[in-house]
Amino acid sequence: MGWTEKEQQDLEKILKKYPADRKLSAVLPALYLAQREKNWLDDDDIEAVAEALGIETTHVHSIIGFYTLFRKEPVGKYMMEVCTDLPCALRGAEDFFKRLCERMGLGPKGGTTEDNLFTVEEVVCIAACDKAPCMQINLEFFESLTDEQIDEVVAGLRAQASNNGA
Amino acid sequence: MANPLLKEHVLLRHRDIEDIHKIDVYLAHDGYRALEKGLKEMTPDDVTNVVKASGLRGRGGAGFPTGVKWGFIPKNLNPKYVVVNADESEPGTFKDREIMESNPHQFIEGVILCAYAVGAETCYIYGRGEFWTLFHGRMQEAIDEAYEKGFLGKNIFDTDFSCDMYLHLGAGAYICGEETALLNSLEGLMGQPRSRPPFPAVAGLYAKPTVVNNVETLANVTPIVLHGADWYRQFGTEKSPGTKICSLSGRVNRPGNYEVPLGTPIRYLIEELGGGIIDGKAVKAILPAGASSSNMGADKIDTPMDYESMAAAGGMLGSASFIILDETINAVWAAEKNVKFFKHESCGKCSPCREGTFWLTSVYRKLREGYGTKQDVELIETIINQMEGNCFCLLGEFVVPGVRTSLELFRNEYESLASEENEVDQPQKDLIHTFF
Repeated sequence: MGWTEKEQQDLEKILKKYPADRKLSAVLPALYLAQREKNWLDDDDIEAVAEALGIETTHVHSIIGFYTLFRKEPVGKYMMEVCTDLPCALRGAEDFFKRLCERMGLGPKGGTTEDNLFTVEEVVCIAACDKAPCMQINLEFFESLTDEQIDEVVAGLRAQASNNGA
Repeated sequence: MANPLLKEHVLLRHRDIEDIHKIDVYLAHDGYRALEKGLKEMTPDDVTNVVKASGLRGRGGAGFPTGVKWGFIPKNLNPKYVVVNADESEPGTFKDREIMESNPHQFIEGVILCAYAVGAETCYIYGRGEFWTLFHGRMQEAIDEAYEKGFLGKNIFDTDFSCDMYLHLGAGAYICGEETALLNSLEGLMGQPRSRPPFPAVAGLYAKPTVVNNVETLANVTPIVLHGADWYRQFGTEKSPGTKICSLSGRVNRPGNYEVPLGTPIRYLIEELGGGIIDGKAVKAILPAGASSSNMGADKIDTPMDYESMAAAGGMLGSASFIILDETINAVWAAEKNVKFFKHESCGKCSPCREGTFWLTSVYRKLREGYGTKQDVELIETIINQMEGNCFCLLGEFVVPGVRTSLELFRNEYESLASEENEVDQPQKDLIHTFF
């Protein structure tokens, strides 16, 4: 990928946060920027990040492998990440996750819908334990969820996606 | 919601004052007066000394005296950094998120005061990646407002003191809550812990002197500087002064954050503030510091929530993240949940944690799926004995207390899952492929 003009500006803003000789510090924010458009990183994205920071692609790969929020495989336009850790599980999150997968027409472990719009996955704690069942969709919180609310949210996102011509 | 133990919240002030996240509202309620007082009337050492005198202890979990930590920063080495640990990733903990979402300026003011006290001119707030929306929204807005009003930037209150503040997001790694792993992550490396010494106070971020403090800790600094140490000590106990935000979750009617004076009994948190247990059931166990804490039995419910009393009762206050299990919950299932969390989050640097969590997960699964033997229960003990004291960082050690106390308190539940038949009838060779 090449950076768009807007991304180039964002990248410069990011780099200003760190000492001039510490560009490596910008690797996580640069990866977020590269991943923002399609929710995952291909080889071109990884190369673009390495080049922007003057580092080896190997290092970028090691970072992507270490941190769970970066992905090297295609996923849906909307990442639905449901917490099923102990505090949430004590408030029904495991059953909620199963029902969500069913409602989305996915197997019991989640996955990506056929239209490539949604990826549903189980994650560990997201700091919303008092509002279980909870999840993040593209890192935005959705909390104290009922099945009906999910249907509404999903319908809203589908409409949004079709308006955008996705 | 009104809290009968506090006339006014010290930290969760947004519950008393609407819209305090907006700088004008905050300014109308003593906002940035502590900073003005600190910069104009106090030397940096004065600020450190009032924090020392207040007895404030780190609210991230370790409970180390904050003023003492600041005192470790060498004066003659520059530049220095303040790094805020906003990585809040412990299952059961969601207090820093509420502070930053709803009362961000009190926290930001505390960070600037800390920078002034130690002589730092650059502050980084390191938040977990899941705070993306918060950091690109409310927190960045609050920092921008502080710059506009001149509380950040050059020559604050026309003094020689200048200070910049930047937000930095992690990307999904519990280990980055460990301060040296956090520093590595901020430097653009994998978030794995460093050897100590050198301690961050001497060689932290970019090998420069660095204070690492938790969000809630720094939110306390603002009222301490404004009102003084004696005022602060009206709350809490002699050795654990102040108030603490407790994150209450699990099988209670009203989970949420509750701010209480330290020393308040657990019972009050669960029964009065949390509205008791769902369906009137009995408490089975209390995990007072999230997934990494011991299980305290129901008989410990009257323990005062302060650092000393909790430790004496076999628990720890930690970040005060109370996960409540009731009598309907299977203890082995609960422990397995946490073990799986730690396996997922092990950074892989040291073998006791990396291998220990792997084997624990396998043995728990074997037990829970009905293939367990008595030897498996003993094997769990063997594994945690080998982990304890041998992990590279504390986060590895965090696995041990929960498993050990779960076994101590609820061994019958483990043994009821073990069967003698499994010892003779199961083809052990195949099981190895299934579970290990």
